[in-house]
Amino acid sequence: MPDALALLANAAGKLTREGLRVTGRGATALPGLVALTVDPDFISALSSALPHGVVCVSGTNGKTTTARMLADMTRIAGWQPIHNRSGSNLDRGVAAALLADASWSAEPRGDIGLFEIDEASLPRVVQRVRPRLVVVTNLFRDQMDRYFELDALAKKIADALASLPADTTLVLNADDPLVAGLALRRDARTIYFGVDDDAVGGTVPQAISDATRCPRCRSPLRYERVVLAHIGAWSCDSCGLARPARDVAATKIVLGSTGSELVLGGPIAGVFEAVRVPIPGLYNVYNALAALAAARALDLGLTDAIGALTSFRPAFGRLETVDFKGRTLRLVLVKNPAGFNAAIGALLETGRRPHLLAALNDRDADGRDVSWIWDADFETLAPSVEHAVITGERSRDLALRFKYAGLATERLEVVDDPSAAIERAVGDAPEGAEVVVLATYTAMLGLRAELARTGAVAPFWED
Amino acid sequence: MDLRIAHLYPDLMNIYGDRGNVIALAQRAKWRGLAVEIRPYSVGEWTDADWPDVWFFGGGQDQGQDIVGADLGAKNGAALRRAVEQGAAIFSVCGGYQLLGHEYVPEDAPPIAGLGILDVTTRAGKRRFVGNLLADSPDGQLIGFENHSGRTYLGDRAKPLGTVLVGNGNNGEDKTEGAVQGKVIGCYLHGSCLPKNPWLADRLLAWALGRRHGDVRLEPLDDRSEQAAREQATAVARARP
Repeated sequence: MPDALALLANAAGKLTREGLRVTGRGATALPGLVALTVDPDFISALSSALPHGVVCVSGTNGKTTTARMLADMTRIAGWQPIHNRSGSNLDRGVAAALLADASWSAEPRGDIGLFEIDEASLPRVVQRVRPRLVVVTNLFRDQMDRYFELDALAKKIADALASLPADTTLVLNADDPLVAGLALRRDARTIYFGVDDDAVGGTVPQAISDATRCPRCRSPLRYERVVLAHIGAWSCDSCGLARPARDVAATKIVLGSTGSELVLGGPIAGVFEAVRVPIPGLYNVYNALAALAAARALDLGLTDAIGALTSFRPAFGRLETVDFKGRTLRLVLVKNPAGFNAAIGALLETGRRPHLLAALNDRDADGRDVSWIWDADFETLAPSVEHAVITGERSRDLALRFKYAGLATERLEVVDDPSAAIERAVGDAPEGAEVVVLATYTAMLGLRAELARTGAVAPFWED
Repeated sequence: MDLRIAHLYPDLMNIYGDRGNVIALAQRAKWRGLAVEIRPYSVGEWTDADWPDVWFFGGGQDQGQDIVGADLGAKNGAALRRAVEQGAAIFSVCGGYQLLGHEYVPEDAPPIAGLGILDVTTRAGKRRFVGNLLADSPDGQLIGFENHSGRTYLGDRAKPLGTVLVGNGNNGEDKTEGAVQGKVIGCYLHGSCLPKNPWLADRLLAWALGRRHGDVRLEPLDDRSEQAAREQATAVARARP
């Protein structure tokens, strides 16, 4: 039974939520902030009543998609997840999700908490909720103005995980040395996922790598295979640390323009039929493997979990498609070099010359430092671009990046008004063609608001 | 005519998008018809330290900076000093800038020796300076983004690169940003710096080419996109420092 303070926090948060909804605004964070102001322990007060416990999904890229895949898997098993599915992933977003699914007497109407957590907030949140499962997808440089240095962030997360009780299971990406390194100081159950298809990735380390050194002894790492940045088959010649054995692995992957087919292997996977991941890109294969590994850690049936994947629908800006004036807009949220490179990799695999609408903002949620675009591999993208319309509050920086990557001026157009930019990008693409929208978080919100105004998409918070 | 660019520790000192500075130097040389070669210089003994016309040295994480500091403490540091004496130019940002100075003084540990190529000293600060950075100089304004906790103070031989208009710059106290000494520049401007400050890129190019080719007149380029990016970034810096 929640205590009086939690009841008060719940009521205050719910009233805020009702107020926002009556006035037609989204309620993905503010009600949570109100509840946490009244009762800082609000999250643990409510989540401790969840019979199947709490799962935290974190990492730089892929957490929204992974959490949504896992939510679908729990629903097929008959569970009712409470999930911050809007992607509002600071502790206020978690509190808001709990509020949305709690009765006025502060009892959750659900049986498992499924929380996507911002990686910088993860150390604090895991102390509050004592999760049953912590899933970490990957760690890349991201928004340096907010997260600062990656090594320091990884250390903070490892410290927090080391302090969790032994009954917390970790689900980690074996192919990411920074993520696999998170378990070094824990003596508890850890489930690893990874890619075991030797045909995936190259042998040459990529230009921008965030973890060229061993997480244990700091000697240079050796890679037999590099998938993306520092993700791959790694080992340390000096101390002998190597990529952990994969409990859930993709042993064969066929990438396609609308999705991927993979064969699963590994001791707790054990089915050898093809699994379909219905959104393109190798990074979404990793997301699917993370979700499947988490489902196995929760003792959900693998066949059901694979079935849930097949009908998966992508989240806001995660390769979501929108029909608009006879063209298909494919919305791709980009916020850091690794995510950008993965997205353009998926884009170029289709073999088409993309029509682009690219938008760069520099608000807090985007990262205030736009330097990261110089780490992203525009040089690979530029030669294939048919036409690019550039918009956003830092449109000129983005246009300059394309110029230095070699995109011809006649293929490049800056249009500051977002509505006009959409019109222009669509106008430049032939009927039936796809326009790829690459945008940072608040820039994507802005573009999506324009599309909502025309009725092409539902407003964000009703998703 | 050709240009030789060295990228110092690209595997360890590469976190703030500073790679754009190498891209800018290379492209602005190529657009003028020059042949350009870029070589990485990382941990382990260099055999061709007399090759580069210009060295780029970016910012890194603490771990990377420790490894690089140790590497420069041996033969490679002496080789870099000699290269500067023989006319090579250096452009450094953030961690690279600090390592070119005399020393870095942590809060509660012994000082870490730098190369002393620049007459500057850096001390650890408590608050991190994170935000847009706009500075003025006789040759033009400088726009970028700073993200550092070190406080850098200039000695007599180093001259400030600019005067801070928005942000903190070298130390948040004396309104200076960056340092120039001979053909060596250090600064706290990420962004990347050189694409949005093309006048500075061209100065470095002229210095670099001067090493082997004498006085070179650089043809002006069409910098309208650069100018537009400067104006937009400057407006953002003034509105949201």
